[in-house]
Amino acid sequence: MAYIEARGLRKVFGATIAVDGVDLRVEEGRILGLIGPNGAGKTTALNAILGLTSYQGELRVLGRDPWTERDQLMRDVSFIADVAVLPRWIKVSQALEYVAGVHPRFDRAKAEGFLAKTNIRSASKVRELSKGMVAQLHLALVMAIDAKLLVLDEPTLGLDILYRKQFYDSLLNDYFDRSRTIVVTTHQVEEVQNVLTDLMFINRGRIVLNCSMEEFESRYLELMVNSEHLAAARALRPIHERQVLGRSILLFDGVDRQQLAALGDVRTPSIADLFVAVLGNQGGAAQGAAL
Amino acid sequence: MNTPSNAVPESSLNSQAIAPAAMSATRPMYWSVRRELWENRSIYVAPLAAAAVVLLGFLIGQMYMPHTMREPAEMDPAHQLAMPYSHAAWLLMLTAFIVGVFYSLDALHGERRDRSILFWKSLPVSDLTTVLSKASIPLVVLPLLVSAIIVVTLLIMLLLSTAFQPLTGVGASTLWARLPLFQMELVQIYSLAVLALWHAPLYGWLLLVSGWARRATFLWAVLPVLAICAFEFIAFHTSYFGSLLKNRLFGFASDAFSFTGPDGVPLDPHLILLTQLTPGKFLSTPGLWLGLGVTAALLAAAVRLRRYRGPI
Repeated sequence: MAYIEARGLRKVFGATIAVDGVDLRVEEGRILGLIGPNGAGKTTALNAILGLTSYQGELRVLGRDPWTERDQLMRDVSFIADVAVLPRWIKVSQALEYVAGVHPRFDRAKAEGFLAKTNIRSASKVRELSKGMVAQLHLALVMAIDAKLLVLDEPTLGLDILYRKQFYDSLLNDYFDRSRTIVVTTHQVEEVQNVLTDLMFINRGRIVLNCSMEEFESRYLELMVNSEHLAAARALRPIHERQVLGRSILLFDGVDRQQLAALGDVRTPSIADLFVAVLGNQGGAAQGAAL
Repeated sequence: MNTPSNAVPESSLNSQAIAPAAMSATRPMYWSVRRELWENRSIYVAPLAAAAVVLLGFLIGQMYMPHTMREPAEMDPAHQLAMPYSHAAWLLMLTAFIVGVFYSLDALHGERRDRSILFWKSLPVSDLTTVLSKASIPLVVLPLLVSAIIVVTLLIMLLLSTAFQPLTGVGASTLWARLPLFQMELVQIYSLAVLALWHAPLYGWLLLVSGWARRATFLWAVLPVLAICAFEFIAFHTSYFGSLLKNRLFGFASDAFSFTGPDGVPLDPHLILLTQLTPGKFLSTPGLWLGLGVTAALLAAAVRLRRYRGPI
């Protein structure tokens, strides 16, 4: 069974089409990165998956309709919507008690174990914690829930680099296993490049690229071309070309590595570069891409 | 207070399959109500503070104004003795009403204002449980809590009176014999139940507005009501809506209590005795059941609304 299955998922706000007919299938054991410019429809799509917004089209999450069965679904789905959604008045100990009280799959000892590694005291209120500590607390709560699907919408927004690194490290080392699936949106793509198993670009409510990271690595190559071979390289029809320090860097889709190696230095592109290439080809669509 | 979390052994492997189904009904409700008490400490702080003020006032009154107690009055001495007790109880009930109103106005608004609704919605607690837990504060929790506070406050007042009886000149035996304290406390508990049932649609309306309005919940709750009154008066020179409101606020009294004695003599409204309670008449008032029906509809609307609502 696919963990998330959408067909023709659509969401319209007045005259704005936020999600425009998305087809999506996410299996178990994947870490999917949903990448797109601001206003591309990422958060709306995630909200539909989490039962926070109504939608048109077909959508099943763990076999359920999220809009009508949110409370049932949340036994198997966790999410961090934003860094700042923990209520400011709650004490750390109360947060643990409450989640333990309402969530059948919450392991309080595990959460306390995670918190013991931080500077967060259980008598503190959320309003007394720094932004990074609030994120740590939320992550500790979520990681102690034995969920099948974890959705993270900009989980590291506004955090400093140390926290961001720790965040993904603990997610990978202490949480992720082959029976769980994580869906993450972020603007800090370079941080998740080595974390993801699957990649999806979304723009103007549509999916413009959807591939596994293996596919990404075998399909897309970046060539730092030697100037004498530039014409030959261009003949291979790169999807994007840019200049760095006077040298041309060409991005190819599905061109043989050996063939390129003869023309210059070949490497796997960064997700950010591919993003610019793919969205740039959409005719100005990348405007406002916050990468 | 940790015992409920340990009561269900959900960590053991055998019960894990059963636990989710078994806990679904009551535990999220219990924890949601506790959550409300954590967030809104005024629910118990305000009535306790009111009780403290009452007791302090009563204490000072006992110390400095003993003469008023001694002066012969035309009033029945039992009634005269009971007056401060009765006033204390009504003051605490008024506090509960005010706390209930302001709590309800913020209940479904605060979580959207501080975006924490996204956290609450990430947990397996239904919108129905959430709205019912919030409605239970003015309808169940506050009446129970204030009943207990009234019982204790009146007892302390009686003990204070007894301690100061050489000053006030009222003998302890007279005091204990003449003051129908136990009766008064039962009457107050009955009154709290009556008030909660009769005012239920008001709280339902306030909860609905707090779930709907983006800001200024108090204005949204009050101004449309005033507008309807004004419109009716200007257009038709009538005030049916106004009387309806007045009845919803105070109309419980004539149905829940009897203020005339068996011989048709009007009784003192300050001291209500058990014989004056008319629960049968109250429970058979159509207005009560109509009000409860309206409450159910308002709460159902609030539940539905919460599904559509995100952070403001």
